[in-house]
This record gives sequence, structure tokens and C-alpha cells, in this order.
Amino acid sequence: MIVFDKPKALTDAPLHYCPGCTHGIIHRLVAEAIDNLNIGGETIGVASVGCSVFTYNYFNVDMVQAAHGRAPAVATGVKRADPSKIVFTYQGDGDLASIGMAETVHAAARGENITIIFVNNAIYGMTGGQMAPTSLPGQVTQTSPYGRDTNTVGFPVKVCELLSTLDGAGYIERVAVNNVKNVRNAKKAIEKAFRNQVEGKGFSLIEVVSTCPTNWGKTPQGALEWLEENMLPYYPLGVYKDKFAEEAAK
Amino acid sequence: MADKILMKGNEALAEAAIMAGCRHYFGYPITPQTEVAAYMAKRMPKIGGVFLQAESEIAAINMVIGAAAAGKRAMTSSSSPGISLKSEGISYMAGCDLPALIVNVQRGGPGLGGIQPSQSDYFQATCGGGHGDFHLLVLAPSSVQEMADLVAKGFDLAEKYRMPCMLLADGTMGQMMEPVSLEETKQEACEKPWALTGTKGERKPNIINSLALQPQELEQWNEDRFKRYEIVKENEQMAESYLMDDAEYCVVAFGIAARVSQNAVDAARAKGIKVGMIRPITLWPFPEKVLKEAADKCKAFLSVELNMGQMIKDVKLAIDCKKPVDLCYRTGGMIPSPEEVLAAIEKMQKEGK
Ligand SMILES: Cc1ncc(C[n+]2csc(CCOP(=O)(O)OP(=O)(O)O)c2C)c(N)n1
Ligand code: SF4
Ligand SMILES: [Mg+2]
Repeated sequence: MIVFDKPKALTDAPLHYCPGCTHGIIHRLVAEAIDNLNIGGETIGVASVGCSVFTYNYFNVDMVQAAHGRAPAVATGVKRADPSKIVFTYQGDGDLASIGMAETVHAAARGENITIIFVNNAIYGMTGGQMAPTSLPGQVTQTSPYGRDTNTVGFPVKVCELLSTLDGAGYIERVAVNNVKNVRNAKKAIEKAFRNQVEGKGFSLIEVVSTCPTNWGKTPQGALEWLEENMLPYYPLGVYKDKFAEEAAK
Repeated sequence: MADKILMKGNEALAEAAIMAGCRHYFGYPITPQTEVAAYMAKRMPKIGGVFLQAESEIAAINMVIGAAAAGKRAMTSSSSPGISLKSEGISYMAGCDLPALIVNVQRGGPGLGGIQPSQSDYFQATCGGGHGDFHLLVLAPSSVQEMADLVAKGFDLAEKYRMPCMLLADGTMGQMMEPVSLEETKQEACEKPWALTGTKGERKPNIINSLALQPQELEQWNEDRFKRYEIVKENEQMAESYLMDDAEYCVVAFGIAARVSQNAVDAARAKGIKVGMIRPITLWPFPEKVLKEAADKCKAFLSVELNMGQMIKDVKLAIDCKKPVDLCYRTGGMIPSPEEVLAAIEKMQKEGK
């Protein structure tokens, strides 16, 4: 009996991610959600620009590769073209919260019926470790070599907190995949974010607090520890908004 | 032929797009093309189409990318500053071989410029207008009727060659009213096996992508695309020739500049000057063939433009600099008068003797 198999929604292509990078786990959770809801044949994914740019090789669904930051607008076009399709984006923090902030905020404000998977690793992974809009105060990166100085470059953007102020946003949750309990919770949240769309409810975004051992200069284990000690206190996990549950409760 | 009705260029264009089967419009307000968006906002919801006002031109073009990727006839419209913002998306569209229609109702630039008519985005349109090796199909209407007719043509060409197509109009074309007859256009059947429609579990995923990290691969993609461009150049050049049969001098002008120039050509003929006009309708591919023929017969050329002289470079290239090419221009939103163009024709004749 097979107890652990590769989800159907993943291709056989070997993932290119660094050892200890949590992109891989998140891919698996997305694929499991697609399988569990049995929507692979109707799903269209939008890849972004960042370490996850090659998601179009990994997800076993129709995919389009968007320009840096523009995935929510591309997803809007796909969804409006055929509302029967399940449309998701997979974006990093530089992509979603810096160059693509306008596209993100307005997709949420419109209550666009799409699902966004937002991987926050507090760094620009793909370009070699520059400061991200989500880099922590004091965090050393290639472009904040003396540590992020909040006096000159300001403070990190807390995406879930920000988006949950918008009436259009439906379901906003922040999760992590640093331990078994959190992975289970992340799995539930991601599946719910897709189910909301299947049920025609509206905009869902799941932020996954993630690691980048390579650019953080940490071992895989060290990266998880750094995440727990620094990221989670700054980016508390939890449901920031669930308009759909509130509506159902009324 | 359908009855003629009086319409603004921008509205005729919008209705023509609907008649050509476009049901997905994404845009952002900017003068002098806002009537297109307003028209679509009114009409699309009534016919089960999509009108969406995007948060920016960047978002609008990316929504067009999404809808085009899903296999739909999609379009956006804007004016010069907005087209600059769209150029990132236009480049991606070219790199992804996605067909769509982009309308530029040009105004004067650079920068915020002005809101009066201009043709100063000629370089931007005909040289691609974004990063990378690529071209757009570029169509230039010179009447309200053509604002309508070139829409269906543009969609058909875009889909046939899997290229984005730009309709390069100007503020006058967009704002002026003329009688126009609109007809439901037969949509050229075009299979889109590449479109993202969901695998249904029955086929391999379709991937729409412009990324190729291996330079050999990217080189091959670009080579293949340019082979397609050669076919377009061979088959799709369009121009109107006016009084060219016996012409000794040739005016070259498109859009509103051609309207003014035609009056000037008539006036020059009345004075006994044997001058004709070639009006490019496709700016890319540039109508080199007719210009080459004209170069064998004519003594001199005059490029009339609403910019500091952009198309003149293509005229010179098309005729291999075999004959002198003068420039008659106004810029910044100014339009040359027929008298100014006539004076330029007379000067060309004097120098060409
Ligand atoms: C318009 C544009 N600007 C800059 C880049 C370069 N670039 C590629 S990936 C990236 C940062 C990605 O960081 P993030 O979104 O956090 O994803 P990660 O790699 O960390 O997963 C940048 C700046 C680009 N491709 N396009
Ligand atoms: S650079 Fe960072 S984010 Fe990118 S694959 Fe490696 S560990 Fe993951
Ligand atoms: Mg990142």
C-alpha cells in the first residue's frame, strides 16, 4: 500500500530549490489542495518572477508566466475570460509586496475571485539576497549590508494586516511550514483558499512565512530557527480576515 | 452595406471591436481616448462581455494578457503616456506570442506632453515599444470608417500571426465625427490549441511563457519569430496610392497628416505640379514595396508628419536613399495646414528640378 505519493497536480520535473528552502513544501500543499478538490483539469496557474518562476514546469496544470509583480492582473484577465476556471497565482514578497503592490491591493479590493499563494521569505531570493519590502528591521542583506535601518528605509510591509482592511478581501490568513503542526494548518488554509474560489466566494490570499537558507546565510536547520525567533514574532500567524465565514455566521 | 451613421472615431472603433467579436476590454482613463472606455462600459455588460477599469495601464495590459492567454479576443486602449506603461506588457505579449489589440490614440509628448493630436509615438510603435527583439503589427487609420475597419483587420492579423497589434490613431481620429457604416465582421476562424483552457485531464498542460535561460534556446525563439515577421512583411503591407500613376513627386503621410496632405496634393495638381501621395496603412510592416516602385519614377519625396520627423527614416530606408526626402512637420499637438504642406511640395519641386 502506498501511503505517501506524489500529488497528481505536480509534474515529474525535479524541483530546483535549494536544500532547506520551503518553496518545495508549499508547492506540495498547493498540489494537494488541487487534487483534493479535484480541480486540476480546470485550474490555470500564474507564475511570478522570483525563485518560483519555474512553477510552470512543476504544476501539472495550464500555466502562464507573468511579468514581475503583475500576476494578480494576469490572473484577473484569465478569470474574467472564463470564470469557470480556477485561477491562482504563486508569488514572492518582492513580487507581491513591492513591484506588484498595486496589482495585489486592487485585485483584493475588487474581490477578484482568485487565490493567491504568497511566499514571504523576507528577501529577494532569486536575485541573490537583496532587501525585500518584508525584510525585518536590522536584517542584513546585500542591499542593507549594515542591517535594515528603519530611519532611512522604513518598516516591513505586513501584507495580511494591510489587505484585511479592504472590504473586497475575503479570506486572508498567514501560515508557516516550519513544523508539522504548522504544515497541517497551512494545508488546511491553502485548501480553503481554493475551495472559496470553487464556491464562487471571492478573493483569498494565504501568506506563507518561508525560509531562504541560501540568502539568509543559514543551514536549513538554522534557517528554521531564525524564522521562529525573528519572523514569527514580527509576522504573527493566524486568520486576519474571513469575510465568508462571517457572512455564513450571520 | 449597412446604413451610415454619424459617430466619433473612438466610438466607432469600440463598436467595431464588439462587432469583431471582442468581449474583453481592460483600460484606464486618459484623454483623448476615454470615449472608448466609456463606450465599452456601457455596451459590454449588455452583451455578456467584460469591461474592467484597471488600476493602471500596467494592470490593464496584463489583464489583456490573461484574457488573451485564455484564448479570447481582448483589447485595451490608451494614449501616449499610458502606452509607455503598457510597453512592459507588450514586450511580454510578443515574447509569449499572444494576439491582442492595443489602441494608441496619440497625444503630444514627451512626458505628460499635451492632449492635442500627435504622431510622435511612431518610433515607439514601429520599433516594438518595449525591451527585446520584436515587432508589433501597426495599423494607421485616417478616417472614422478606417478606425472601425482596421479593428477587425487588426484582430484577424494578430491571431493569424500570433502577434500583438497596435492601432496607431491620433487625437483627431479619436475625436472627430464622420459618417461610418458598421457591419458585423466575419471572424476569421482561428484555432487556438495553445490557449489556457484547462487540461481537463486529457492533454499535457499548456504553458505560456517568455523565459528561456539558455541563450541558444532564446536565440532560436527569436529566429523563429523573425521568420514569421518576414512572412508578415511579404504578405501584409498595406498602403493607399493617390494620384501616383503619373506622379513625379511623392508625398508620404499617414493618419491625419494624410488627410491634410491630400488637400495639399490637390492644390498642387491645380497648379500643374505632378505630385501624388502614398499613405501607409500598415506602419509595420512598412509598405516598402510601393515606395520602392515610386522611387524609380519620382524625383523627390516629402514626408509629412505630426512629430519631429520619425517616419522619414523608414521612407529613406524603403527607397534606399535613392531620391531626396524632405520633411514637413508640426509637433506638440499642432497640425500642419494644407498651405504649409503645399509650400513644402513647391519647395520640393523647385529643388528637385
Ligand atoms: C521588472 C523587473 N525588475 C526586476 C527583476 C529582477 N528580479 C527577478 S526576481 C526578483 C526578486 C524576487 O524576489 P521575491 O519576489 O521575494 O521572490 P523569491 O525569489 O524570494 O522567492 C527581482 C528583483 C525582474 N525580473 N523584472
Ligand atoms: S535562493 Fe532562497 S528562496 Fe530561492 S530556492 Fe534558494 S533558498 Fe529558496
Ligand atoms: Mg522573497
